[in-house]
Amino acid sequence: MSTKKTKATSQGGFRQAQAWLHTWCGLWFSWLLFAVFLTGTLAVFDEPITHWMTPEHHAEEAAAAAKKGEPTADRAQRLAWGMAYMAEHHPGAAMWELWPSDAQGGGELKVYWFDANRQYAGASLDPATGRPIKEDVGHATRATLGGHHFVDFHYELHAGTVGLWIVGIAAMAMLVALVSGVITHKRIFKDFFTFRPKKGQRSWLDAHNVTAVLALPYHAMITYTGLVTLMFMYMPWGPQVAYKAHGGTDTFFAEAFPGGVRTQIKASGTKAALAPLAPMVAQATAHWDGAPVGRIVVHQPNDANAVVSLTRAEGRHLSYDQPTMQFNGTTGALIGTFGDVPKAAAETRGVLYGLHIGRFADPLLRALFFLSGLAGCLMVATGLLLWAVKERQKYAKTLKQGGRIGFGLRLVDGLNLGAIAGLPVAMAAFFWANRLLPVDVASRNDVEIRWFFIVWGAAAVLGLLRPTLRMWQAQLALGALLFALLPVLNALTGPAPLTTSLRAGPSAVAGFDLVAIALGLGLAGATWLVERKRRKAVAAPKKAVKPPPPAELAASAAAGQGS
Amino acid sequence: MNTRTSSSFSFRSPALRLVSRVAAAVLGGYALASAVAVFLAAVLPAAPAEAALGGMQFSFAVYAVAVIWAFAPVSLPRAWAGLLLPAVVLAGLGLMLRGAGGGA
Repeated sequence: MSTKKTKATSQGGFRQAQAWLHTWCGLWFSWLLFAVFLTGTLAVFDEPITHWMTPEHHAEEAAAAAKKGEPTADRAQRLAWGMAYMAEHHPGAAMWELWPSDAQGGGELKVYWFDANRQYAGASLDPATGRPIKEDVGHATRATLGGHHFVDFHYELHAGTVGLWIVGIAAMAMLVALVSGVITHKRIFKDFFTFRPKKGQRSWLDAHNVTAVLALPYHAMITYTGLVTLMFMYMPWGPQVAYKAHGGTDTFFAEAFPGGVRTQIKASGTKAALAPLAPMVAQATAHWDGAPVGRIVVHQPNDANAVVSLTRAEGRHLSYDQPTMQFNGTTGALIGTFGDVPKAAAETRGVLYGLHIGRFADPLLRALFFLSGLAGCLMVATGLLLWAVKERQKYAKTLKQGGRIGFGLRLVDGLNLGAIAGLPVAMAAFFWANRLLPVDVASRNDVEIRWFFIVWGAAAVLGLLRPTLRMWQAQLALGALLFALLPVLNALTGPAPLTTSLRAGPSAVAGFDLVAIALGLGLAGATWLVERKRRKAVAAPKKAVKPPPPAELAASAAAGQGS
Repeated sequence: MNTRTSSSFSFRSPALRLVSRVAAAVLGGYALASAVAVFLAAVLPAAPAEAALGGMQFSFAVYAVAVIWAFAPVSLPRAWAGLLLPAVVLAGLGLMLRGAGGGA
């Protein structure tokens, strides 16, 4: 074996091995990766999706947008209301956390605290009156996970810790597939400008290359930053070893992210009045060159050991982490400032985290994230289809003689169908369930998600039973219909049809409807491509290996450009 | 017998060798990545928390390269040894320098 290995140790051998790794690593994880990429792409717009999915709020959102010029309470008043609420309702909590306003001084007024079991709890206050907003005043709001369904699914598959690990392993496989893919394609940039129509599988390979190379920096960034986002779970060994004899991981978090919510302040047991917050806020805003305070955390309020942490409001900063100032809660004296001079590793993590969630981005950049994510979906999908096309050629002779394809290829065909064509149907079904289920159904948010999984499961089973071009067409066409008709559903079941929302808002609802139409048209285009392919196959049944129609190449390429 | 695998790697008993190589890549790679994280947490010239954060963020790149290397044409014993030996050495150094009460 060693002699054979020595012979194989050449450039070609390495590249061949990487091609093998790329193929199999890609194949086994691509069904899951496609789902993670597609749901993650929708997660870019989780807030607009949630808006669309709670039509009860559309009227008040439109009203709020209309009176945007009217002043709600100013920052100081909002903070005072928040503090008054906490003092009245949660005087004994170990931590208060207040978000008085957004960076512009408007938006919601939210308060959080640790309850008796040290669990997070929260409430929303009316920014015009300071009174708590009761969700069930006047009319019931439907319970829904909204766009957060896609956020949750794309990193934990609604399966908790197990899901987190599965997605983490898939992300690592994605990273390996990206690197080995680049190694495999030695002429990667030349190939990017190459199209070879009428060369069978080359067409799928070219489409795979275009979608991969086009957004390669995005693919690498989103995969690596995804891993970093959850690195405290995936790779905890550094701090565990380094802090084993130095106070444990709590000390690590306190040192790594000083001034954070995780900071543990012990209560002294001695009561003491809280110093006024207004001077602290003024001092912090002055220190940050006028940038407003976004978050106020009070550790051990009304205790002699109270500490107040002020964090700068999120603005257009790349990093997720914001500088913080800490004050003594009883004297009001400054304890320290944190994050003014970013520390390299912590700031890197903050930037990587910020890049992944893209909250710094304006709508245009978010749209680019969305399109790059779609390119990632197409890269994964074309990779899967390329494997099936290649494998099918091995059966060309058998098929010609009336034989059958192997079990492995049949399985891949079926899974490809359920994963690629079935998922959009399931996602659309989720939106339809949101609008069609009665508002007062018990555990409604779970029922919506159950419909997502039921429809996806049905699509996957049908795909495995009949992995034919007809089935591809049926599922793609169904997805196209369900997405394209979402604006109609919205018009029938909500107060803000596209005709209204385009003129008077809410803009989130208008945007959702337009993107739904675009996705519907994209799926309809895919249905049409399959129809051409099927007609060719019917017209020339004798031809063993048929070149795919050139229109398909053009369309795959166009889709790769981010249509 | 899986001809595809044997043509790529010249394995004589492909299934077991493949399982071993995948295990070397997945487990050996994770061990090496963890060891690098532990080692960097001990030696990076920065505050301890900073060093630990830096090591964690770098470790995923180490993992990816380790998997790539495990699937280069190297013999199985070399693949295992090439991943586990540095992992043991780096983790040991990290433990000695910082973990067991040493370091700042």
